[in-house]
Amino acid sequence: MTPVTPSALTVAVVYPDLLGTYGDGGNGLVLARRAAWRGIPVDLVQADSSRPLPTADLYCLGGGEDGPQVRAAAAMVADGALHRAVDGGAVVLGVCAGYQLLGRSFPDSADRAHPGLGLLDVTTRKSAGPRAVGELVAEATPGAPRLPDGRPLPTLTGFENHGGVTSVGPGALAVARVVSGVGNGGGDGTEGAWSGRVFGSYLHGPLLARNTVLADLLLGWAVAGTGGEDGALAPLDDSEELALRAERLSAGGRPPGSRLRRLVSVRRS
Amino acid sequence: MTVSTRWSSGPAAPGLPARATAAVEALKLSNWLSRSLGRGSGTVAGGRVGLALDPTLLSTLSAGRQVALVTGTNGKTTTTRMLVAALTDGDDTTVATNATGANMPAGHLSALVASPRATRAVLEVDEGYLGRLVEETHPGVVVLLNLSRDQLDRISEVRMLVDRWRAALGRLAGQPADPPDRRTVVVANADDPMVVWAAQVAPDVRWVGAGQVWHNDAVGCPSCGGGIVFEPDGRWACDRCEFARPDPHHWLDGPDLVDQDGRRVPVAIALPGQFNRANAAMAAVAATVMGEGGSPPLTVPVALARLARVDQVAGRFSQVQRHGRAVRLLLAKNPAGWTAVFDLLEETRRSSDPVVLSVNARIADGLDTSWLWDVPFERLAGRRVVATGDRRRDLAVRLRYAEVACEVVADPLAAVDRAVGRVDGTGDGAVDVLGNYTAFADLRARL
Repeated sequence: MTPVTPSALTVAVVYPDLLGTYGDGGNGLVLARRAAWRGIPVDLVQADSSRPLPTADLYCLGGGEDGPQVRAAAAMVADGALHRAVDGGAVVLGVCAGYQLLGRSFPDSADRAHPGLGLLDVTTRKSAGPRAVGELVAEATPGAPRLPDGRPLPTLTGFENHGGVTSVGPGALAVARVVSGVGNGGGDGTEGAWSGRVFGSYLHGPLLARNTVLADLLLGWAVAGTGGEDGALAPLDDSEELALRAERLSAGGRPPGSRLRRLVSVRRS
Repeated sequence: MTVSTRWSSGPAAPGLPARATAAVEALKLSNWLSRSLGRGSGTVAGGRVGLALDPTLLSTLSAGRQVALVTGTNGKTTTTRMLVAALTDGDDTTVATNATGANMPAGHLSALVASPRATRAVLEVDEGYLGRLVEETHPGVVVLLNLSRDQLDRISEVRMLVDRWRAALGRLAGQPADPPDRRTVVVANADDPMVVWAAQVAPDVRWVGAGQVWHNDAVGCPSCGGGIVFEPDGRWACDRCEFARPDPHHWLDGPDLVDQDGRRVPVAIALPGQFNRANAAMAAVAATVMGEGGSPPLTVPVALARLARVDQVAGRFSQVQRHGRAVRLLLAKNPAGWTAVFDLLEETRRSSDPVVLSVNARIADGLDTSWLWDVPFERLAGRRVVATGDRRRDLAVRLRYAEVACEVVADPLAAVDRAVGRVDGTGDGAVDVLGNYTAFADLRARL
């Protein structure tokens, strides 16, 4: 029998059967690989909604469709494990539907409000306008979490695809200010929110594959939580990720010119 | 071939209303202009003009024809091609079809106009347009292949789509039973719970157990929100309500198509892979439904024998030679499609044969590449992998986390050459090129 390493880090992808529509399970894979590549023993668990949520150091919630989002929130409220884990210092990353349901309430497809988990002081309502779909670039706000050496988070890049407007309450802080794209959409030009060790964002891509410094920040919080050194992780060769970031940041958001060109190219196809 | 006129509900031959005639002429002119100016393949532009001049044109032009509609996330173009082959036995002029994959109403119109005398039409339909096509073409057959996530920035989420399918097929129940031959028969994949949810409200369904490689969009019961449990023998059922796999009339048992009477026919077709046997099974059953009135009626073995000869579909699965090496072109557009193509690689290639992966994210592909993280690239471990396409950097990062080494080459043709040059000097080393929609089209044009 393999002995269980007491310091093993557990990364749980929460309800991939309900919140796995937008490729955000990749966030869990990025975290687990980046731990393993540094020699940190790690378990990556795909935690289906049919079973109780396992105990983990890091939980990743992804995007999903409206109906499954409602079911995921209800199941997590009934399960209670995520609340207990957060009380115990676990790190939680919620993206898109997973971000919305961490908040106080979120809408379903018929615009009925459903209670969220209340782990993050945000409230989401349905956008009156069209869905926000496209590349997003955002720069960290002064209130965003700092890296272990005190530097700010680098510019965030990702792809948003949502119809929600999220307002950040006094109990949380916005993560970033939108350079191009929509983000939280409440008119304050912000994207994402965080408080304590709970982090929410609208960005797919997946978020942590495009923003590895953020991945290491969250990983550092979790490693510190398991008794490791406080957030200081050995560097990795991220040249592939940096090349992707550079390409996406230079592709930028959605300048009107490129949109026109794309329309023309479609008509020709 | 003679086709019974019992489907006729309007003029079988031209004799169109003046407005429709004008719209048809404008459509032809626009398509001719579009082709002449090199602006496109000349199927979409004219269709748009025709529809603008006469919004009822689709209904007018399909009246009097026996129509089959083919839809689903993956396999539409191939199954459409196979169904045409099964019906025509080589004489393709008797069937109107949108063979090039222009699968929205403008493309359907151009197909109908291009074959004015065809008494049958086999139309590939974009998933989002099924309701409109059912309403306007009064199809004899609707083929539902599968439904999974695809281009989420452009196309609706799976559950929204399936509810729209269900509403459209539910309206068929209101059709008058007399004459019975005006009824629409739905040929549906019993192995895909999403398809079953949509099809089960239709009055006449032929269930085909065609298999399903991708279950991740169907784990939540569409009826009650419970969980769908898949058994190793292919059955599935909700763990909370009555929703379960219907007993199929025909099903694939490995390489054979079996029916309820125990008849077993090998699906020996030119196209590779189990997912093409699934497409063949769906097409063969649909063909028998359309050929029921013929004398003699079209049977499953005859339909399969005819469609077996289809060896490439708009370039998909085609083989080309490059510096003396065989290069096979494979289209894969979404996680279910990539998973099926990985099955195909394992079925038909050595585990060390190289692959070229090319991914774009133009409008026709979907602008978001996050779906790459739903594709099990880990299965390529041990192969030589070359990443290319507009979004090769996304591929390279995804492959890094799959712990699959790759080379990144900007130009797709140079990427193919890199893989070709590295094939072992011995044996029948062959290169597979996997691309999503525009990446595939780009390489097909250049190879």
